Amino acid sequence: MPRPVHWSRRGRDAIRARLSGRGQQSEMLESLLAFGGLVLLRDSIEWEGRDFLKALIKQSALCGEQIHVLGCEISEEEFREGFDSNINSRVVYHDLFRDPLNWSKNEAFPRGPLEALRAMCRPTDLRPVTIALDSLSWLLLHFPCSTVCQTLHALCRQGDSSPVERVNVLGLLHEELHAAGPLGALSSLAQIEVTLDGTMGRTSAHILYRKPRHRPAHQVDPTAHLTFNLRLSKKERETRDSLTLPFQFSSEKQQALLCSEPSQASSHIFYEPDAYDDLDPEDPDDDLDI
Amino acid sequence: MFPELNNLLNITPDKVEQGKLTLLCDAKTDGSFLVHHFLSFFLKAKCKVCFVALVQSFSHYNIVGQKLGVSLTTAWERGQLVFLEALKTSLDIFFQTPAGPHPLQFLREASARNLQPLYAFVQEALKPEDGGEATWRHPVLLVDDLSVLLSLGVRAVAVLDFIHYCRATVCTELKGNLVALVHDSGDAADEENDLLVSGLSHQSHLILRAEGLATGFCKDVHGQLKVLWRRPSQAAAQRDRSLTYQYKIQDKTVSFFAKGLSPAVL
Repeated sequence: MPRPVHWSRRGRDAIRARLSGRGQQSEMLESLLAFGGLVLLRDSIEWEGRDFLKALIKQSALCGEQIHVLGCEISEEEFREGFDSNINSRVVYHDLFRDPLNWSKNEAFPRGPLEALRAMCRPTDLRPVTIALDSLSWLLLHFPCSTVCQTLHALCRQGDSSPVERVNVLGLLHEELHAAGPLGALSSLAQIEVTLDGTMGRTSAHILYRKPRHRPAHQVDPTAHLTFNLRLSKKERETRDSLTLPFQFSSEKQQALLCSEPSQASSHIFYEPDAYDDLDPEDPDDDLDI
Repeated sequence: MFPELNNLLNITPDKVEQGKLTLLCDAKTDGSFLVHHFLSFFLKAKCKVCFVALVQSFSHYNIVGQKLGVSLTTAWERGQLVFLEALKTSLDIFFQTPAGPHPLQFLREASARNLQPLYAFVQEALKPEDGGEATWRHPVLLVDDLSVLLSLGVRAVAVLDFIHYCRATVCTELKGNLVALVHDSGDAADEENDLLVSGLSHQSHLILRAEGLATGFCKDVHGQLKVLWRRPSQAAAQRDRSLTYQYKIQDKTVSFFAKGLSPAVL
């Protein structure tokens, strides 16, 4: 069952104030990072999600993780605004903003951005890693949806096989830019989906946690542990199978009905007419010509 | 420039926030008055302006500019204005093969994959002068308008990439400004245009949206202007994120008033 959590904030200063101390907000952010896997951050033109993404990055950094940012939309300088030196030292910015399509022939990403992304999840040390994608929309506009989904899936699964504790992938997605198909595909990949919305100048975040699917290890026996007996012995089962049901029309029933025809004399009607009765011995249907 | 619009946006030619992308959007009305405003505004602010004019001729903008107090001819002669008059320049492309790369090369290609030559033109036009002090203040790129590129066969993603590169160079590297006009048809069938408008909106710092009135045409109120500020920087104080005003365009100015408070009805 989805569990919506409303978290409202008033302006950028409020986030900073609330996160600098202990509080409900930092607990909520920690809970978003606790599961590993893909955290999808859906924003819109009116309600931007970059602040929320930066808040999650700050929280990761405070927990001692290393964060790799694939920056496609804003410059490194602008992204690092608001981070103190402690957090900045933990953030590695892979700059895809300056020359994403290699027009200046500098070959910053020789094998393309997706290969750079895959390379990020081969960590050299054993610390938990957070990968932030700013933004997933840019990747979806420039690469086929299936390729992006496969790369994301590989990134998220990294946590299972490698010695790294877990990999968090934070993806910023601009809702208006994509059709229902890619949005649905990314939703199904995501562990947690945060949708930003707001009214009257206050932003709110709706958080949807996806529960992992449980597969039962063995078949459960429904007749066990009851106060009454639902089991049948072999003889009881045979008797039950050979029982004919009362309203079922079988050949025996058909014979029984047909054989009962001749005994018509056994029925009589006794009638006592009173003073007002007008008994006409004539048959009223006599003139019918059937 | 329109002084009332400057007041609304809280800017003056002397005090302009640098490094910003302003998106001008119009729906069911003509938003070109905003282009004329910003053109005259930045020329008066002594900025170096590169104007990519895809829809009108030089003399059109010059005539309107003179009403607003700037002379485009003088600015062009002084070197303050670099003007790409696409209507005239496109003839070079159509009737002969150009010698080298041409900014409007995409007109000649069957499937224009990107707008790199146009970006190269902008980069060349606005690159800082070598040696000595700069004659002009920060550079500005003005584009009128981007929707026509879609009609000319360029994909929406290619236009978004072009603006991305322009933003990286003009806004981030050169600390200048970028102003572009798009038409929002509001038509659900035009997916490419919707993608273009949404994509640009996400990249913008300021969105000015001129809309026709929902009830139809009116002599005294020509439309409604919605202003949306996005991506506040650390230094910017908390301010109203969005405003809505109605306007009336007159011969040499545009007057703005709160909704429903047009002087004609008061």
